Amino acid sequence: MTTTYDAIVIGGGHNGLTCAAYLAKAGRKVCVLERRHVLGGAAVSEEVFPGFTFSVCSYVVSLLRPEIIRELDLPRHGLDLIPLESTFTPLPDGRALYRGPDPGQARRAIAQFSAKDADAYPEFGAAMSQIGRLVKPVLAMTPPDPSKLGLGAIMDLLRLGRRFGDLDTDARTLQARMMTMSAADFLDRWFESPVLKAAMSVSGIIGTFQGVRSPGTAYVLLHHYMGDIDGAYRSWGFSRGGTGGVSNAIANAARSFGAEIRTEAPVDQILIEGESATGVVLANGDEVRAKTVVSGLDPHLTFLKLVGRDKLPDPFVKDIERFKMRGSSGKVNLALDGLPDFVAMPGEGPHLRGDITIAPSIDYLERAYDEAKYGAWSRRPFMDVVIPSLTDPTVAPPGKHVMSIFVQYAPYKLKEGPEDWPHQREAFGDAVIDTLAEYCPNLKDIILHRQVLSPWDLEQEFGLTEGNIFHGELSLEQLFFQRPTAQWARYKTPIKDLWMCASGTHPGGGIMGAPGKNAARAMLKRW
Amino acid sequence: MTRPSPFHPRTAPLCESHAWKTWAGFLAVCHYGACGEAEYHAFRHAAGVLDVSPLCKYAVTGPDAARFLSYVWARDVSRLKPGRVTYAALCDADGFLIDDGTIARLDDDHWRCTTASPSLHWFARHARRFDVTVTDTSEQTAALAVQGPRSRDLLNDVTDGAVEGLRFFRVTGASIGGVTVEISRTGYTGDLGYEVWMPADNALDVWDALVGAGRRHALQPAGLDALDMTRVEAGFILQDVDYYSSLRAQVRSRMSTPWEVGLGWTVQLDRDPFIGQDALVASEKSPTWQFVGLDIDWEELEALYERVGLPPHLPAQAWRTPVPVYSGSEQVGQATSGTWSPLLKKNFALASVRTAHAAMGTRLRIEQTVEFRRHKVTATVVERPFFDPERKRS
Ligand SMILES: Cc1cc2nc3c(=O)[nH]c(=O)nc-3n(C[C@H](O)[C@H](O)[C@H](O)COP(=O)(O)OP(=O)(O)OC[C@H]3O[C@@H](n4cnc5c(N)ncnc54)[C@H](O)[C@@H]3O)c2cc1C
Repeated sequence: MTTTYDAIVIGGGHNGLTCAAYLAKAGRKVCVLERRHVLGGAAVSEEVFPGFTFSVCSYVVSLLRPEIIRELDLPRHGLDLIPLESTFTPLPDGRALYRGPDPGQARRAIAQFSAKDADAYPEFGAAMSQIGRLVKPVLAMTPPDPSKLGLGAIMDLLRLGRRFGDLDTDARTLQARMMTMSAADFLDRWFESPVLKAAMSVSGIIGTFQGVRSPGTAYVLLHHYMGDIDGAYRSWGFSRGGTGGVSNAIANAARSFGAEIRTEAPVDQILIEGESATGVVLANGDEVRAKTVVSGLDPHLTFLKLVGRDKLPDPFVKDIERFKMRGSSGKVNLALDGLPDFVAMPGEGPHLRGDITIAPSIDYLERAYDEAKYGAWSRRPFMDVVIPSLTDPTVAPPGKHVMSIFVQYAPYKLKEGPEDWPHQREAFGDAVIDTLAEYCPNLKDIILHRQVLSPWDLEQEFGLTEGNIFHGELSLEQLFFQRPTAQWARYKTPIKDLWMCASGTHPGGGIMGAPGKNAARAMLKRW
Repeated sequence: MTRPSPFHPRTAPLCESHAWKTWAGFLAVCHYGACGEAEYHAFRHAAGVLDVSPLCKYAVTGPDAARFLSYVWARDVSRLKPGRVTYAALCDADGFLIDDGTIARLDDDHWRCTTASPSLHWFARHARRFDVTVTDTSEQTAALAVQGPRSRDLLNDVTDGAVEGLRFFRVTGASIGGVTVEISRTGYTGDLGYEVWMPADNALDVWDALVGAGRRHALQPAGLDALDMTRVEAGFILQDVDYYSSLRAQVRSRMSTPWEVGLGWTVQLDRDPFIGQDALVASEKSPTWQFVGLDIDWEELEALYERVGLPPHLPAQAWRTPVPVYSGSEQVGQATSGTWSPLLKKNFALASVRTAHAAMGTRLRIEQTVEFRRHKVTATVVERPFFDPERKRS
């Protein structure tokens, strides 16, 4: 290979692509190498069955940083987001909690379960928006290095301190609580209705191997609340054509700045000469050289597989090994011949166009976790269901629909071992369908095709170690200036000219783009 | 009294919000659901159906119809073939704008034109010298706008493919739900879209057929709020918002020439005499105003909100309260409507600014109120339409 690049980005996930776009925008010669035949990683759209396009993994968008949308001019490159307006939580007893876009309607819906909660609900929303606004700049910064308190780091900390100092005491206590409490306890302080609390607590467990009563899950709740669409915090949306639309828009932007993007180019090894990374070796043996290499894979794959333990300092290897992956989620994607008919809200209506949550009580959720703790998938899992074809007809043939079901818990480590997943996959899929069919009995009659993904599949097909959807859990000891390790949380690595840019770095997982952009900024500062 | 439109028996039960307003004397839906956002997205991602029956509609018939229309409108339609539609400006003798609308040639001697305000008196006054009959068919003709990327598939479904080859600004006869209708490839959303014209008496049959088939195409009934957002994205002017009819303007400063509101491209000067011709020839050279698109700087606006500790607030719908536009500290015009574009993630305004400040890329400043205080925020002159998808014409 003759070309030398300024940077090679390993992995065409949305963060790798974001990093590549910013580097190329700054005039660097960049090459992205993606293992699969499609771009996007966990933000990918694939026509799995003819005419049916699935958001195979991630399915809704909220955290994508607005400044990235602007700076890369993503709408011009095809980004197109359609907001979800409602949350529908059907209950086994035939009642339902339906929170639509009209605050008055939402209030009445909650008041069926608790009049007090109905009034506290908008106050909670206001408090969370306030925190979201404060956290926003933190997402965009390189975490300060607390061990080397140079002037720059001190300034960063001061800036942070000042922001939180602005908060009144209530909000500060709130913030402190968020960092340490469980989602259930946190919500207990606001609400009394078990139905409302259960529906809201699930944001605290998504992607974690924790239960709603585990400490620290309140933070995960915030992580899912700090996104905004057009300035409205907490709102989530579909991406036209599936979440791969986000990745493709970023890829188009990157190409428009001159980046080269290759698919079906799996990297086998990162080349290290002397102290520095100098390129990569592809699975077919080809070498690609560059002045810098940046990894868009998770920390485990990057260091333990592509670099190799022998090339890294021991304590660092230990830290990376300790970095918790622990996948806990699965996904079932359905091609449907019609629409599900819910007992709790029969017929078609706006409740089908928003988010549908199967989370009837805190106990239900905790029980689902209990099974997972001992290495089994939940027989009656938490499910987050959406039917994007109702608002975005491009993903299914006329009159047909696609349904995305995000499921927890599906622990990577089955008691029979993770490699037993291929034997249990379909049984797990059946349990998901059976549980959902209790709420919409016509479901089984309208299924045309189904795709079941276990954490094992997420690892094998998407390169997510242990199937962790966020490249490492969002627990307090793995966040901010400790992501992925306390010493190396500023996108740099112990290897010279090797950088990290994906969800295993600050500010973590989700379709956000922030790690990719932050990494590019840190790299450009060094050049 | 405000009247229900012919579709009222269908639209009223769907209008959960009870948000109605009056449009040319008819009751019209602002938004069906809690807000218009989902309806906006239906227009842009699937299909929306909007009751546009309140439009003023005129049938023009007779051997002189083409000559007459070319005389009253500032556009020569004498060579417009049957099956074609055009868009034009209606001007007074001084070359000031009265109205804007579409002119469709349905047959050799049978035309239909639309205007925003009732215009029969104006047409009648000038029809005397021609062998034509002008009839106000506003009440007898009902109309639906079916707009959005799925609108073609939907209409093909209900018409056995009648719109498959129908090109932009063409009109064709068809049958929907057993009713004879005309379908024109026109609309106010700047997207792929059609307008369906039918006898008011059969309006409900057409609605039922369309909306029934629409389920397969994610069709949603849409109200005027959603329309307003799309029409700003499309950069279209609106009477009584972006300009005033010269016939009702009390002062000269409220009158506009077509050159000043971005309609210059529709005006054809060099031809047989027509109303306002001499004045338009004179005014073409030095329009005082230009109608421009503005892109309001997001970072500056966000910073203003940040200063008072608030997340940026975006209006949930298009706005139409005029605000001043400045160059430095000098006011050089006014923005008359605008919208946040959920699609393009930009904050757009339509404005009239003095010609000297209208060049593409000019950085102006627009008044924005944040927490009760007025500020000026950078607004750059950009191309209009803001949104112009290929599918609109393809
Ligand atoms: C089932 C599921 C549901 C989710 N739901 C949501 C959601 O609804 N909303 C949300 O915001 N987030 C969601 N997430 C999380 C979100 O999708 C991820 O955090 C995010 O997409 C990760 O992006 P990334 O660029 O950091 O990494 P990835 O997307 O993991 O990108 C890594 C890329 O590297 C490639 N790769 C791996 N190995 C190699 C190699 N050796 N050589 C070359 N390339 C390689 C992979 O193929 C992949 O393309 C979900 C995730 C999953 C798995």
